[in-house]
Amino acid sequence: MRLRLVKQGTNIDFFSRAKLWLGISGFMMVLAVVSFMVQGLNFGIDFQGGTSIRTQAEAPIVVSEYRDAIEPLELGDVSITEVFDPSFEENQNVAMIRIQAQEGEESVTNETIGQVQTALQAMDPTLTFTAVESVGPKVSGELIQTAFIAVALAVLAILLYIWLRFEWQFAVGAVLALVHDVVLTVGVFSELQIKFDLAIIAAILTIVGYSINDTVIVYDRVRENLRKYKKKDLKDVLNISINETLSRTLMTSVTTMLALLSLFILGGDVIRGFVFAMMWGVLIGTYSSIFVATAILLVLGVKRDWSKKAVAAGTRYGDIDA
Amino acid sequence: MLHISATKQVMIWLTVVVGLLLALPNGFYGQVESYNDAVEAGEEATGWPSFLPSGLVNLGLDLRGGAHLLAEVQVEDAHETLIESLWPEIRQALGAERATIGPFRQSADAPPATLRIQFQETDGIDRAVEIIRGLARPVQSLTGVGASDIEVTRGSNFVTVELSEAEKANINERTMQQSLEIIRRRIDEVGTREPTIQRQGAERILVQVPGVGSAQEVKDIIGTTAQLNFQPVVSIASSPDGIAGPGNEILPEATPDGVEPSVYYVLERTPVVSGEELVDAQPSFDQNGSPAVNFRFNVSGARKFGDYTLENIGQPFAIVLDDEVISAPTIQSHIAGGSGIITGNFSVEESTNLAVLLRAGALPAELEFLEERTIGPELGQDSIDAGQIACIVAGIMVLIFMFLSYGLFGLFANVALIVNVALIFGLLSLIGATLTLPGIAGIVLTIGMAVDANVIVFERIREELRTAKGPARAIELGYEKALSSILDANITTFITATILFVMGSGPVRGFAITLGLGIITSLFTAIFVTRALIAIWFARRRPKTIEV
Repeated sequence: MRLRLVKQGTNIDFFSRAKLWLGISGFMMVLAVVSFMVQGLNFGIDFQGGTSIRTQAEAPIVVSEYRDAIEPLELGDVSITEVFDPSFEENQNVAMIRIQAQEGEESVTNETIGQVQTALQAMDPTLTFTAVESVGPKVSGELIQTAFIAVALAVLAILLYIWLRFEWQFAVGAVLALVHDVVLTVGVFSELQIKFDLAIIAAILTIVGYSINDTVIVYDRVRENLRKYKKKDLKDVLNISINETLSRTLMTSVTTMLALLSLFILGGDVIRGFVFAMMWGVLIGTYSSIFVATAILLVLGVKRDWSKKAVAAGTRYGDIDA
Repeated sequence: MLHISATKQVMIWLTVVVGLLLALPNGFYGQVESYNDAVEAGEEATGWPSFLPSGLVNLGLDLRGGAHLLAEVQVEDAHETLIESLWPEIRQALGAERATIGPFRQSADAPPATLRIQFQETDGIDRAVEIIRGLARPVQSLTGVGASDIEVTRGSNFVTVELSEAEKANINERTMQQSLEIIRRRIDEVGTREPTIQRQGAERILVQVPGVGSAQEVKDIIGTTAQLNFQPVVSIASSPDGIAGPGNEILPEATPDGVEPSVYYVLERTPVVSGEELVDAQPSFDQNGSPAVNFRFNVSGARKFGDYTLENIGQPFAIVLDDEVISAPTIQSHIAGGSGIITGNFSVEESTNLAVLLRAGALPAELEFLEERTIGPELGQDSIDAGQIACIVAGIMVLIFMFLSYGLFGLFANVALIVNVALIFGLLSLIGATLTLPGIAGIVLTIGMAVDANVIVFERIREELRTAKGPARAIELGYEKALSSILDANITTFITATILFVMGSGPVRGFAITLGLGIITSLFTAIFVTRALIAIWFARRRPKTIEV
């Protein structure tokens, strides 16, 4: 017996509630934007400047004691969080301490770090510092800018590629689906106040890649079916295409999710935020390529006659020859 | 037909074997690493057969532990030094014609990186401008053809000398080159393994040193300018608030950290001899047995120093290191040999460090540290272990899932998946790329996504089977029709990987590399390797029906 995620001959009508899905997506996006406006992101030091210190102690961590030890140094906003991971041993108590960029410091100075380290070690001599990272405000500003440009560039490049390979309606649909994914990801990070750092940008770009991958597979089938069923309603063609690719869409989502899940549980706390972003991205990426990207095609309408131009435009790769 | 020519079969499997061989050393990381070290050191290397490839994947700092620093070179410092050094020459040239241009002096309130010369009489200024312009030298650069190194402008009763833009660009370039070279020499002297010292953008230098305990250690070595000067002492003061005449400066005595200096020196700004003329520096001890540094000048430095000591017996002079007076001895006699000793309140370690710094030469400009990260080696090892387990578990889950879903064809895809991961490691070793923690995540993600191409093909074969064209035809059509989808999907992902690689830095770039390589290898394995496997199986069995 084979494991089948989607039964053969499945025919779900994905568009009977197209308005509902678009409405839900729209509503979620509004929520995400509102959350972003109200709470903002919990920027890591990459984007905000400052110092983060990872400590490891043998004694259990009492956050208030740490705070009391650092308080007299008057460093402004200091956040102390305990880190948990199933792989930690009994006497491995890890905390992350984040200190804001000190006023008037363009670059990084070690005085602050030294003071904090001395103060903490006075409190608990078994304390070690497994990682210390400092980013000056000058660089962090540039990093935000670069990150923003990177995401924008990626979306733009994809828009262009899809436009070349398909039609502009497809490009618009794909990019709107992408924007949807990115907005919802940022929204989740703002709502749950998970640390947002450089690695998360990499995750977002991967989500962009994954989601577009999914969307393109569906679109490819749409194009094929548009040639095949010249008389059918666009809505029906879209429905057939989604149903035909549904098995593949779910298979790939599941294998990717399996891999990510094992990384999420076993990969250690350092990249957990990064992996979380990707898991979320796979989830909404799959959703958006089924519900959002195609619904937009339906709204925009597409050219129906693909018979001649398609070949002339070189939109078909030569036969594979292995 | 579902047939692959013998040549192609050989090509495919040869690629796989080469990839596996390239990946092999990474399975014996410690062993191969010590073998490579031995080879590099020219010793007899054992522990790894020499006919096998020995390239390894570099581990990034987040996996190996170490320090990462991003420094900005304050190139303006070099402009300042250069413009300052013009003064003696200008003074001499103008002094020769004092009769026509009248008394003049260097103005103390000039804006940064400019030299302002104040005149008492305005009649001779035009002549002065002419003289100073005569001192200008042409700049050799691609852009500034015919440009000269200084720009001279006339004010009401003063003349301003500035560096020209072409000369500034030249200096910036030179300063960056020198800084890179000196940082490299200093780090090499300390002898850590495989440091990365890279220029980033116009004025930045990235330094990565694996295996050191804290960024501070690296900063102590590369962050010190180590500008050593021997300057004449004008007078001694007790506070830094005194007024130094033009051409003079007030510097504090060197004190241990946290101790306020109590003695200040008024010094002539132009040094008699500078550290650039040192040829050697060694840690040693003075006659009282305290740590000191012995040094030796080159020929011209020795002559200058000899002449100066001869003319100024009984006068104090100051040994200045990075704007602090280390000591200010009185010249007892003519020092001719060109060697000397620097004494001060050094510990043995400090004198050793100072000798290293003096030998490597002074940084032409100060460094400002914009970013620094230290990762402890234990944390790195934890990350490697966690990543390894996650990779294995992810792999096993995907393998089982694929087998359950596609049976025998799932097994073919699984072989391809294993080959795929090996190929990624092989390629990473081949190009000497760096594996970072997000890079491991990239590999795990690839494991999940690599089967995608096969899933697309297999789903397509299932569809083609339904229209019943016979198994061989169905497989062929499946591959054929799936190809456009597979290519489109992977090209778009590849676009994002490329953008990540270009725009990202450090760990993010590591992620982009594994993601990008993963796309290439998974395309190869999914399209060629599984197809070759299926073709071999099909030729042997000639099944009448197949189930995918």
